[in-house]
Amino acid sequence: MADRRKYVIPGDIVTSGPFRPEQNVILEGNDIISTAVGISEIYEDSVKVIPLTGKYLPKINDLVIGKVVSHTSLSWELDINSCYIGFLPAMDVFGRDFSTHADELSSKLKTGDLVAARIANFDRTRDPLITISDRDLGKIDDGILIKISPNKVPRLIGKKGSMIQMIEMATNAAVTIGQNGWVVVSCETPKGLSKAKKAIEMVNEKAHIANLTDLVKDMLDEKDES
Amino acid sequence: MGGRDANMVLLDKNGIRCDGRKVDEPRRIMIRAGGLKNADGSAYIEFGDNKILVGVFGPRDVHPKHMSNTDTGILRVRYHMEPFSVGERKNPAPSRREIEISKVIKEALEPAVMLEKFPRTAVDVFIEVLQADGGTRCAALTAASVALADAGIPMRDMVAAIAAGKVADTVILDVNNEEDQAGQADMPIGYMPSLKKITLLQLDGVLTPEEFKKCVDVGVKGCELVYELQKKALHDKYFGNRGD
Repeated sequence: MADRRKYVIPGDIVTSGPFRPEQNVILEGNDIISTAVGISEIYEDSVKVIPLTGKYLPKINDLVIGKVVSHTSLSWELDINSCYIGFLPAMDVFGRDFSTHADELSSKLKTGDLVAARIANFDRTRDPLITISDRDLGKIDDGILIKISPNKVPRLIGKKGSMIQMIEMATNAAVTIGQNGWVVVSCETPKGLSKAKKAIEMVNEKAHIANLTDLVKDMLDEKDES
Repeated sequence: MGGRDANMVLLDKNGIRCDGRKVDEPRRIMIRAGGLKNADGSAYIEFGDNKILVGVFGPRDVHPKHMSNTDTGILRVRYHMEPFSVGERKNPAPSRREIEISKVIKEALEPAVMLEKFPRTAVDVFIEVLQADGGTRCAALTAASVALADAGIPMRDMVAAIAAGKVADTVILDVNNEEDQAGQADMPIGYMPSLKKITLLQLDGVLTPEEFKKCVDVGVKGCELVYELQKKALHDKYFGNRGD
């Protein structure tokens, strides 16, 4: 598998032949060309490039962390670290019998509040529609916000959640990771909080290193002794 | 840069140019990707004595709103020369020439970027020329393309650019300021090396059809050299092992 992964930049020919182009590649004649800086992966019948840079583009069903920037009488607008504004309708929070006269939006969410939300709907014609009516979603009351690159979110989660589980176990912190690169950490002890923060920032900076899990583990252990 | 030598020899009998280069030799080129923390993508280029910094923002909200396009994202480019970039202070207000170069660079980048993925957004490219010595539009285009890749804007290909020209009846690569002033022709070329397509072609001067063809050939070869350096700049930033 190792020889099937390549470092590519836009315009590089990843491979040629009968492959299905997936993320960040285009078919040009018979060649499959990368459109991003990243790592190419060739599967049995498809090719994709994992990007190393770029903004977050909303995807339906993604869990994101949003920050309320403003509201109208019918909806909130959330900054979701993307080129589009997240649109959270008031009916989603107040329920079906929402009335613009009786209910005041700022009683539930104020400007500056952090929200764990899910992308309910998004296509190229409209701004992403957001929902918080699900378990584990809604306003985030405590914790600190850490901003990492959205492209490094899979690395922070790790294989089957291995990386984030390790950080949570070692520090006793609760970590909520938004696919948009915003992460909220809360912890009862300030020591655990600062350690979890350090670990997350370390993953963000050194995402390209192969044995990162060991490196983070060493960092988490070493602090325990002192 | 004080007074210019009035009777300078542009090309001596050994085929050496006024700055010591051979006819098909570009100037020293250094490209660095990244460097600006607040921009989404950035690049710095030294192209001989040209020094240019490029910052890219986006995709982001379009302001003013009426400029936005519901089918695709839009590309906006500002080419600007610093007052201290040339011998005599340049008025920092955008001149006719800067507005034109902004448009030319924008149109040279448009075939490469795939903004249809981001409807209703804008990508802004800010080019600041810190020091100018002829061929800034090519250097700026080269750096802008690296900065766009650094920002993660999807692109079909990189755009590399260099000028070809004619001096003392000889076709040369990479025209510098002196050759531009006193030479016979200057032809900037922007080129997508993988797709083998030209995105920018301008010509100031007079060339015969044969010379024109030769200039294009020389320019395209030069662009391939520049492309290797763009590639290196991006590899150094993303796949290099700086300080780890």
